[in-house]
Amino acid sequence: MNPSPDDSGANDRNRGLEAPAAPVISYNEVVLDHFLHPHNVGELAKADTDGFVVVGDSSCGDQMKLWISVRNQRIAKIAFQSFGCPGAIATSSMLTVLAEGRTIEEARLITDDDVVEALGGIPAKKRHCSLLGVQALQAVIDDWEKRGRAPPEQP
Amino acid sequence: MGRIYFDYHSTTPLDPRVFAVMEPYFRERFGNSSSGDHAYGWEAEEAVDRARHQVAQALGVEGREVIFTSGATEANDLAIAGSFEAPNRGGSHLIISAVEHKSVLKTAAYLEGRGATVTCLPVDDEGRVRPQTVAAAITNETWLVSIMAANNEIGTIQPISEIAAICRARGVLCHSDAVQALGKIPFDVRSVGVDMASFSAHKLCGPKGIGALVVTDGARDRLVRRVHGGNQESGLRSGTANVPAIVGFGRACELAVAEREAEAQRVSALRDRLHATLRAALPELFLNGPSEDRLPGNLHLSFRCVEAESLALSLEDVAVSTGSACTSADNEPSHVLTAVGRTDDLLHGGIRFGLGRYTTEQETDEVARRVIAAVERLRSLSPLWAQVTQHPASP
Repeated sequence: MNPSPDDSGANDRNRGLEAPAAPVISYNEVVLDHFLHPHNVGELAKADTDGFVVVGDSSCGDQMKLWISVRNQRIAKIAFQSFGCPGAIATSSMLTVLAEGRTIEEARLITDDDVVEALGGIPAKKRHCSLLGVQALQAVIDDWEKRGRAPPEQP
Repeated sequence: MGRIYFDYHSTTPLDPRVFAVMEPYFRERFGNSSSGDHAYGWEAEEAVDRARHQVAQALGVEGREVIFTSGATEANDLAIAGSFEAPNRGGSHLIISAVEHKSVLKTAAYLEGRGATVTCLPVDDEGRVRPQTVAAAITNETWLVSIMAANNEIGTIQPISEIAAICRARGVLCHSDAVQALGKIPFDVRSVGVDMASFSAHKLCGPKGIGALVVTDGARDRLVRRVHGGNQESGLRSGTANVPAIVGFGRACELAVAEREAEAQRVSALRDRLHATLRAALPELFLNGPSEDRLPGNLHLSFRCVEAESLALSLEDVAVSTGSACTSADNEPSHVLTAVGRTDDLLHGGIRFGLGRYTTEQETDEVARRVIAAVERLRSLSPLWAQVTQHPASP
């Protein structure tokens, strides 16, 4: 077996400076609510779908499918399915809440920080979860553009 | 129904019968068992002696062979690092297994940085260490083999008697972390044949903060102390005795051994009931660990397309443990599930159900009901489940 540097004890001066054990993960009420009762779950009917994407996070195996329906440059409907930890499901749900009703331009500007802030924070170890939804949103808008719908005017 | 505790491998509630005998030693009988000059000390010493005898009886050893420690982590440290530091240890080769508790794995890694070489034996797909692999790994340099008696995650019972016999024949010290075995399966140190074994009270409805290392007479001079001071515990573990905890440990051992057979039967029946209910209701569910020779209160399952932490959190007020949780960007799965080859992406870890002394049939059925509902909900959320149901496969 390979000793990791913090286990070897070879350098006594480093003892006591080891990284603390992973903190117990606890989610706030908003995150729990979005996990237990996620918004916009499911899929959109084919006729309604103007953009669709499947994205995966290879670091933890999370996967997300995202559908949008666009009317007048606005995300009229949005739906998702996610496979992953509570952080992945809650951030997916909050992302759809933030994106619904927004113009394509506005939706393009949603960041992972916005998602985390809207959830009132998320444990540090779960921060990466919020990236997947934001990536999915960018990709689904790309897909909508590719499908030949009028791209938004550049500001 | 309020909260339901299904995490008995992690810790257990204190048995009121244990607390009852401990209480006086928090109050009027607060003496230091090393104070030989007055009655306070004498009554504490007497209590420690009595408890030591109870523990020894439960384990099939002599009282002098029981070394009280703060718990199993310290007992494992004393056995492994204490025998490494003994001047007569011989070689510097240590053999452990891939499914050991962190307290063994980390102690081994620590000693590796101090000149030891460590062989970490693989296990089969049910988590079992094959005795032949132990025999094959022993060299003239091997000073110690340390293999757990039963696994804390997936409940695998190890062929520890066979492993101990191999060690004996080769003249190598044999230690076993037997924390999960005591009170669950027969574990008589002498008939199992190990030289040393670690135990912990809070796994058997005793108090936290107390455990023991059994050091059989033959192994006594192969070990040096790790904690220096007043030479308590035959000089192997200094420090004022934790009298109330020791008293509780004694009583907890007595109860666990007396009630073991009936309890094992009752708890494994509940465990089987839970498994059968889930299996009947949910497709694509996989048992981790052995189907036989398993700890009575242990059930460890993976559900395809359901991430373990999401399932645990969906159970609302049911305490279970995730075999692996995605707690970091570099998602480290459980070392035990990895060792048994359960790394399928769609399984994403597993759930450990730990049943024990106070688990009821009503609770078991309620847990089954909540698990079924939660798995169905998470699968309906999952982008993968529709694909899987069209093309089911074994992991």
